[in-house]
Amino acid sequence: MSRRDMSYAAVMARKNEIMKASLGIDYDDFIQSPIAFDYDRMMRETGYTMDDMVRIQSETKVGNTPLFELRNLTEAVRKISEPGKGALILVKDEAANASGSFKARRASISAYEAFKKGYKGMIAATSGNYGAAVASQAAQRGLKCIIVQEVFDSRGVGQPEIVEKGRACEAYGAEVLKLSVGPELFYMLLRTLEETGFFNSSLYTPFGIRGIETLGAEIAAQVRARYGKAPDAVAITHAGGGNLTGTARGLLAAGCEQTRIVACSVDLSGLHMASDHDFNRKSFTTGHTGFGVPFATWPDRTDVPRNAARSLRYMDEYQLVTQGEVFYVTELLTKLEGLERGPAGNTSLTAAVTLARQMDRDQIVVVQETEYTGAGKHHNSQLSFARQNGIEVRRGDPKDNVPGKTIVIPQHLEQVWGKVQDMDKLRLSYLKNAAKTHPVAQWNENDYAFLAADLKKDVAWVKQHAPDLSN
Amino acid sequence: MKNVHEQEPVIQTGTWVEIEQMVLKPEERAQTLPDDTKLVPYMLRVSGFLLETARLGQEVRIRTIIGRELQGTLRTVNPSYSHSFGATVPELLTIGTEVEQ
Repeated sequence: MSRRDMSYAAVMARKNEIMKASLGIDYDDFIQSPIAFDYDRMMRETGYTMDDMVRIQSETKVGNTPLFELRNLTEAVRKISEPGKGALILVKDEAANASGSFKARRASISAYEAFKKGYKGMIAATSGNYGAAVASQAAQRGLKCIIVQEVFDSRGVGQPEIVEKGRACEAYGAEVLKLSVGPELFYMLLRTLEETGFFNSSLYTPFGIRGIETLGAEIAAQVRARYGKAPDAVAITHAGGGNLTGTARGLLAAGCEQTRIVACSVDLSGLHMASDHDFNRKSFTTGHTGFGVPFATWPDRTDVPRNAARSLRYMDEYQLVTQGEVFYVTELLTKLEGLERGPAGNTSLTAAVTLARQMDRDQIVVVQETEYTGAGKHHNSQLSFARQNGIEVRRGDPKDNVPGKTIVIPQHLEQVWGKVQDMDKLRLSYLKNAAKTHPVAQWNENDYAFLAADLKKDVAWVKQHAPDLSN
Repeated sequence: MKNVHEQEPVIQTGTWVEIEQMVLKPEERAQTLPDDTKLVPYMLRVSGFLLETARLGQEVRIRTIIGRELQGTLRTVNPSYSHSFGATVPELLTIGTEVEQ
C-alpha cells in the first residue's frame, strides 16, 4: 500500500470519505441542496426513541440529575427587583453526570452507537468538558478513546481550565493529543480518524444532539411534578449550539411549546479565536461569543457535512454576559447556595439572574446545567491566571469589561444586567452566509422552507430579507 | 546536537514520557490564520511509555495508553499536572457576604 499524502491540503481534500467511514452516516441521503437538507428525517433516523436514550444513559451513569431551587439567590434577586418581579430560579445539577457535565448526555449515545456498529474506539476534537465525557463513556463501553485538544500557545503555556480538562481525559484512560493554537485541530482529527478507523464522536452528529433531549424532557417532567406547570424560561449556555438545540428539542417533545428558550454566551468580542496571542487572554474556553455567534449564524462550519445543532431554529432570545458577571455569580452560587460549581456552566445562571429580575414572581426560570469544578476549572484559578497574563482584574461596573484587557467583577447584584443580542441581526447574518454558500437566485421553494424553519420565521420573512448580494 | 544529548541522563524503556512533534511547519499551515499564528509551527505533545532507551531531546517511539505507537522528540519524563486553584484573588473574597445586606 502506498503511503498517503498527509499534507494539510491532501488530508482536507479527503474530508468527505474520512467522515463517511468514521460516522456510519451517509449525509448525501439527507442533503437536498448546498443549503437545505432533511433535518427532521436525519434526526429521526438515528433510530433512538426518548425511552431508548433514557435506558442507554442510565446504563452509563448519565441523566436523572437533581433540579434544585436556588432560594437564597432568588431572594437576593427579588430584593433588587421591581415589586411583583423576581422569578424563581431553578438549577439542573448536571455536574452529577459521570464525568461532571451535561456533555455526558451527548457522549453516551455516540458511545453506544460506536459500540453497536463495532468500532474499536472513538475520537473527539474538543478542548471542553466533552473530552472527559467521551473518555468516560468510552471507558464504560470498553472502547478506546483519543481526544484531540487545543492546549497551549507557542510559549507552551496552556490555560488552567484546558489543562484540567486534558487531565480528566487522561484520568478516564484516553490518549490525549495536545496541540498548539490553530484551526488545524480539524486536520489532526481527520488524520487520526484515518489512521485508526475509530468512530468520529463529533459534537454535531444527530447522536450528539439527540442525547441532550433527555435533559429537556427531564426539566419538563421535574418542573411539572413540583410546580404543576411548564417552566416559563430555560436559560442555556450557548457555544456550538448543541446544548440549546438538544435541550429545546427535549422540551418540545415534552410539550413545553410556550417555554422561552434563552441562549446565553460570554461576550468575548474583539478576541480572535485562532490567535496564538489571544489564546491565553480569555478566561472562558467555551460558552462564549467566539463560538456562539458564528455557529448560530452558520451552523454548517463543523467537522460533519451537516450540523445537527441548529440553534436559531429553537432560540427565542440571546443574552450576552461579561466574564466578570459570570465570576461574580459563580461566587454567589457558592456562598449563598452552598454549591461550588465550575464557572463555564454558570454562564446561563448569570443570564437567569437578569431574566428573573424582569419576570413575575410566580414564574420559573430554569438554568439547565452546572459543571464540576476543581483545580484549574475554578473561577479563582481563571482570575489568578488572567492576572498573571497581564489582564486587569478589579471590582466595578461590568460595563467596563474589555475582553482580553480588563475583567470587571460587579460590586452589587444590581450591576448584573447582561446585554440582549438582536435576534434579527443574527438571522440576517445567517441569510448572508447562506447566500455565500448558494446564490440567492438559485434558492428554490424547498430552500426557502428550510431557511424559514432554520430561523424560526416564515417563508415570507425569509423572502423579504433574502440578501441582495448583486452589488 | 549529539553532545547535548550525551549530557542528558539515560531514560529507561517503559518510562512514562511526553514527546513533541512538529505537525506542520509555519509554511505548511492552513491559509486563513491570524498573523501571529502564521509565524509559528503547529505542534503536538502526547504521553506514552518509552519504547527504547533514550536521552531527552532524542527522536523516540512511544506506546500510548491505548496502545498506539507514535514518534517524536523526547520532551519530559513522568509528565504530570501542576495546575491549581491559583493565587488568592482578593476581589472574590467578600462576594456573597455583601450582596444580601
